[in-house]
Amino acid sequence: MVTANTELSYNSKIEGEVVVSRADAVINWVRSNSMWPMPMGLACCAIELMAVASSRFDIARFGAEVMRFSPRQSDVMIVSGTVTYKMATALRRIYDQMAEPKWVIAMGACASTGGMYRSYAVLQGVDRIVPVDVYVSGCPPRPEALIDALVKLQDKVKRERSARGLFST
Amino acid sequence: MSAETVAAIKASFPRVTDRPSLDHPAFNAPADDVPEILRALRDGHSFDFLADVTAIDWAQGANPRFTVVYHLFSTVTHEYLRVAADCPPGAEPEVPSVTALWPGANWHEREVYDMFGIRFSGHPDLRRILMWDGYPHFPLRKEFPLAGIEAPLADADVVSETGVSAKPAPMAGGPFVASSGEMNLTEAEPRAKDESWTERREKPGAD
Amino acid sequence: MPADFAYPDAASRAAPGEFETEKMSLSMGPSHPSTHGVLRVQMELDGEVVTKAQPVIGYLHRGDEKIAENMTYNQFVPYTDRLDYLAPLANNMAYAIAVERLAKLEVPARCQAIRVITAEMARISAHLMGLGAYGIDVGAWTVFMYTFNEREKLYRLFEELTGARFTTSYARIGGLARDVPEGWTGRVGAFCDQFLPILEEILSLLTRNKIFMDRTTGIGVISREDAIAYGLTGPNLRGSGVPLDLRKDRPYSGYEQYDFDVPVGTQGDCYDRYLVRGEEMRQSVRILRQAIAKFPEGPWHVVGARKIFAPPKEKILTSMEELIQNFMLVTEGPQMPAGEVYFEAENPKGALGFFVVSKGGGVPWRLKIRSPSFCNLSILPKLCVGAMISDVVSILGSLDFVMGECDR
Repeated sequence: MVTANTELSYNSKIEGEVVVSRADAVINWVRSNSMWPMPMGLACCAIELMAVASSRFDIARFGAEVMRFSPRQSDVMIVSGTVTYKMATALRRIYDQMAEPKWVIAMGACASTGGMYRSYAVLQGVDRIVPVDVYVSGCPPRPEALIDALVKLQDKVKRERSARGLFST
Repeated sequence: MSAETVAAIKASFPRVTDRPSLDHPAFNAPADDVPEILRALRDGHSFDFLADVTAIDWAQGANPRFTVVYHLFSTVTHEYLRVAADCPPGAEPEVPSVTALWPGANWHEREVYDMFGIRFSGHPDLRRILMWDGYPHFPLRKEFPLAGIEAPLADADVVSETGVSAKPAPMAGGPFVASSGEMNLTEAEPRAKDESWTERREKPGAD
Repeated sequence: MPADFAYPDAASRAAPGEFETEKMSLSMGPSHPSTHGVLRVQMELDGEVVTKAQPVIGYLHRGDEKIAENMTYNQFVPYTDRLDYLAPLANNMAYAIAVERLAKLEVPARCQAIRVITAEMARISAHLMGLGAYGIDVGAWTVFMYTFNEREKLYRLFEELTGARFTTSYARIGGLARDVPEGWTGRVGAFCDQFLPILEEILSLLTRNKIFMDRTTGIGVISREDAIAYGLTGPNLRGSGVPLDLRKDRPYSGYEQYDFDVPVGTQGDCYDRYLVRGEEMRQSVRILRQAIAKFPEGPWHVVGARKIFAPPKEKILTSMEELIQNFMLVTEGPQMPAGEVYFEAENPKGALGFFVVSKGGGVPWRLKIRSPSFCNLSILPKLCVGAMISDVVSILGSLDFVMGECDR
């Protein structure tokens, strides 16, 4: 029985024991609520990233507790800190090793645009080498700002058309 | 205590001269005598701790152009001493290394080589430490602009995939700051230090 | 099976009882949870044992020294925050004192007391972080959670004082950015009172813990001579038995009026360095209590140095001469006399030194930052030989370096 409901809904009288929804909604819901970060903790923003992971701000509430340093097991790379040209190639390699789907949060001024380090050694924004989904401003951004960025990323993921790959011919 | 040390060093090494300093005793020494002088200071005068090795670039046209500065500390008397050695002229001057006296000088001298291009003879492993191997410039030289000069990155795979290279940072007219030590008021005023064009240098591509 | 494949014949194999081994080259980092930032350790391994370890640094080299040649003295203060980004207030203070020595300025007692209080709070914050990270590296997650909770309380105090949680940019040449808010010193005292029992609880998780002791005693032993030869400073030097502490031996900013002890280790292994840091936190609380009790009244910045420190805001907005002074200070920077100075401060990681070469004016000609982490890390090749990989992790944690400071 097909229903016009696009939300993830459960009405046991109509659907019985089956929850009917759109593939997009389900896939996006699952992806956004278990985003495992790959912390590319380079400089001072990494300390705020650790503060977000610790008990006061607790990013685990948003599903992002598993901060694995293995790119193969992570979804979102949080670039926190200044990216120098020497580090940029290593960063790109790690980004390439992440499995699809993957996203990037550029945390802080240095990752977004090079920050206050306009010098010969600093990559002026990590978006020159990897595609970025969310930029967070601040030097360093408050932990609440990083959580806000994660929520914005979750909203972005929820708007994606993920089921296209599943049902294409 | 340090004053007696300086007097003793000047007596043993006649080419040593006084150096004006605002805090610690300091003297100038010829670069070739530096390892011997530092050995005498370490063994005879209890200056056993090498705090720092660095260099100063007095800009093109100055003679001497580079000065290597050693800071010594005594764990016994808790005093500092500054030893400055002018480098011989040339684009890549060479001075003797003091790694035989202090293994900690290894990394300091590598950094001086990386930033200034001063070579240290007798150094076991003189290569770049802060910039990547193969970086073609010496960043702390005065003619090297803060924004940098275009240079290829080290990792060939990533470069072929993304096409990224080390580009000069967009200065957008800045840093907008006064120059150091200028006495002429017009020149002492804060000016855009953007290395692209000034009143004395042409705009690129303008004509 | 490829055409040129052949089983190795008996003659080319090792005799029974003898293993054929090959050395393996392993690169640990630059993105690694245990390397405390972007450090790469290029290791050569014989099985699990390290035969060669070469640290590769420079992944966070941002060009601070070149930037300093293009900024006025006050404009450079935010860059000093980001050197040892675990204790920014201590770096600010070290830089301000170094530049003040160019003009032979002595700041008044209240300013010195505030600088000492903030530096000791920064020391507690940095050691807590080092302890937490060391705990995670050797497998103790709980320590990290506890220490970060205490650091949040410190962050709240910093934010009340300076406006930022940890990149504070609080010091200015000749003084500070602002005076302490009302009641702040009382809140710092309250923090100290509740912190000591929690510190004991945190340290009790590790100090007599069998697993922790197995991973740290006898590991990474630095002899006294090596420590001096490699230029180690701070808890790494004191852990090896050298009682050198710049706050006691070359007191600055009023440290001579406070009564505190300097913990010194005996064995020089990782466990000793851990104990030294723990004890330093207790001594920092002692200094804080004395500083708060003796907190003097008076100006919080140098008075009358018209070309160095800005006049008060009310005067700037109402009087022409002060307006012009402020304008000159902001655009041209504090006018320092020509000369060279070198000043080292006892930072949590070791002795942070600033070598300032000035040709007059508001912009330095050369600013060299003598970084304690740079020197502390240079002993790594010697320490790691013969250790296992898990010992390398323990050694890195006990050296407690920060790459922002090491690479500048």
